[in-house]
Amino acid sequence: MRSDPVVQVSGLVKRYGGRTAVAGLDLVARPGITAVLGPNGAGKTTTVESCEGYREPDSGTVRVLGLDPVREAAALRPRIGVMLQSGGVYSGARAGEMLRHVARLHAHPLDVDALTERLGLGGCGRTAYRRLSGGQQQRLALAMAVVGRPELVFLDEPTAGLDPQARRATWDLVRELRADGVSVILTTHHMDEAEQLADDVAIIDAGRVVVQGPPEELCRGGAENTLRFGGRPGLDMSSLLKALPAGSTADEPAPGSYRVGGQIDPQLLATVTTWCAQHGVMPEKISVERHTLEDVFLELTGKELRG
Amino acid sequence: MSAGTDGRATAAGTYAPRPGAAPLSRMIAAQAALETRMLLRNGEQLLLTVVIPTLLLVLFSAVDIVDTGAGEAVDFLAPGILALAVMSTAFTGQAIATGFERRYGVLKRLAVSPLPRWGLMTAKTLSVLVTEVLQVVLVTVIALTLGWSPQGGPLAVLLLLVLGTAAFSGLGLLMAGTLKAEATLAAANLVFLLLLVGGGVIVPLDRFPPVAQDVLGLLPISALSDGLRDVLQHGAGTPWGDLAVLAVWAVAGLAAAGRFFRWE
Repeated sequence: MRSDPVVQVSGLVKRYGGRTAVAGLDLVARPGITAVLGPNGAGKTTTVESCEGYREPDSGTVRVLGLDPVREAAALRPRIGVMLQSGGVYSGARAGEMLRHVARLHAHPLDVDALTERLGLGGCGRTAYRRLSGGQQQRLALAMAVVGRPELVFLDEPTAGLDPQARRATWDLVRELRADGVSVILTTHHMDEAEQLADDVAIIDAGRVVVQGPPEELCRGGAENTLRFGGRPGLDMSSLLKALPAGSTADEPAPGSYRVGGQIDPQLLATVTTWCAQHGVMPEKISVERHTLEDVFLELTGKELRG
Repeated sequence: MSAGTDGRATAAGTYAPRPGAAPLSRMIAAQAALETRMLLRNGEQLLLTVVIPTLLLVLFSAVDIVDTGAGEAVDFLAPGILALAVMSTAFTGQAIATGFERRYGVLKRLAVSPLPRWGLMTAKTLSVLVTEVLQVVLVTVIALTLGWSPQGGPLAVLLLLVLGTAAFSGLGLLMAGTLKAEATLAAANLVFLLLLVGGGVIVPLDRFPPVAQDVLGLLPISALSDGLRDVLQHGAGTPWGDLAVLAVWAVAGLAAAGRFFRWE
């Protein structure tokens, strides 16, 4: 999908006092779902809030749907939907009342009853916001972001603290938004969420995008994958290695437990099993360890804890 | 949430973008209606805006606790209670409500809605005015039953109420937009209490030492209650001095609020 970007950030710099939150960040988000990942304090929220018009860049440019979010805010606001990480609702307002109010600020809102029903909020329309559970508050915030029928939705950790059912319901809705042509910018700490939903993933660290691409591409690149199998101890690894493509590795980290490293593709798997057949070995518990987004993330952003 | 035949819970195209802001007048009306509902639903707010003014009016009219000078006590008290009603809504109530809206991210969320900031402020003002109309009707009815005989022209009264509202709104929003919500809650209530006692609402200013009178007379609550009393009790014309004091507070307060208000 090579159409016009929905978000284009170039050279974004944002400092708070002496601290640099974003240090020359470049990010292009195309139509579809873009997940923004990063450790705490990496600059995710600042970046997204710059796109929403909350923060004015110290330098660099931000364009959302081709507009400057600060200077052209009036034109941009009706076209985007924003889900804040928390709050955003009068503590005394009822859930349905608040959603209906946000709908009234838009020209062609969604059907409020259908949306509340869809998100499993049908039963709490008359419940005061402060009496909703955390998950219900999250879903109300999501509903508020989409009710105005926006072109682009910003979701800040939409499933934080949700139970698995609510999490799936949220994912389904996000997929339906995408199918209907709504673009989504999503920040999340859940790698599986990004893998499941995103067309494109941008990993931010220390105020910069360190890598961006489709999740399957990110998982393929970077570190090599591993094939493991079991067999009788003491097999001749140098013989196996000769059969494998150049650059592969093969060893026996524990007696009877074998490990092959390199580009693990169907061809390589066939080569290994053929070698086993030739040597009268029944390979047991063959497993291919595919790198997850989490491996890529930890590899790029380090394993030490962030503030 | 049952899945449809295509695996979706809703028909394809349900969420197809169709963005657009509602007409400005509809947005402002909706916002003003919501703000007013929030205010009338809040028990603590009603205590400030309805219960306390009513109670003071009835109590001090019936029992001779404070020497209110010559004439019926209610003729002295009613203008002061009207001033108190304006202060309770435009200053105390608005400061507390807005402070917590800021704290709970309501202002942040509304800032990215199609409603412009000035539209939100207009809606807040409308909501304050609606509440004040309700308060004025209530206080007037009660005062009349207690034997109040108001004098003077309604235009001067209206002018005083409007300028008073502007002055108190500026100060209330300044407080809400710069302090933490809890600090606003405490400070707004404290100021309410101090001005209730020292602002000529139920205690005539001439009960205070002359030096204090000069200072207290410059407070917005004193200017408002004094102006209202000049007109409603003594049948005076337009109280320009009091209006001038209120105008200065209004300009200074609104300008400072506009300059220092922080939305998050």
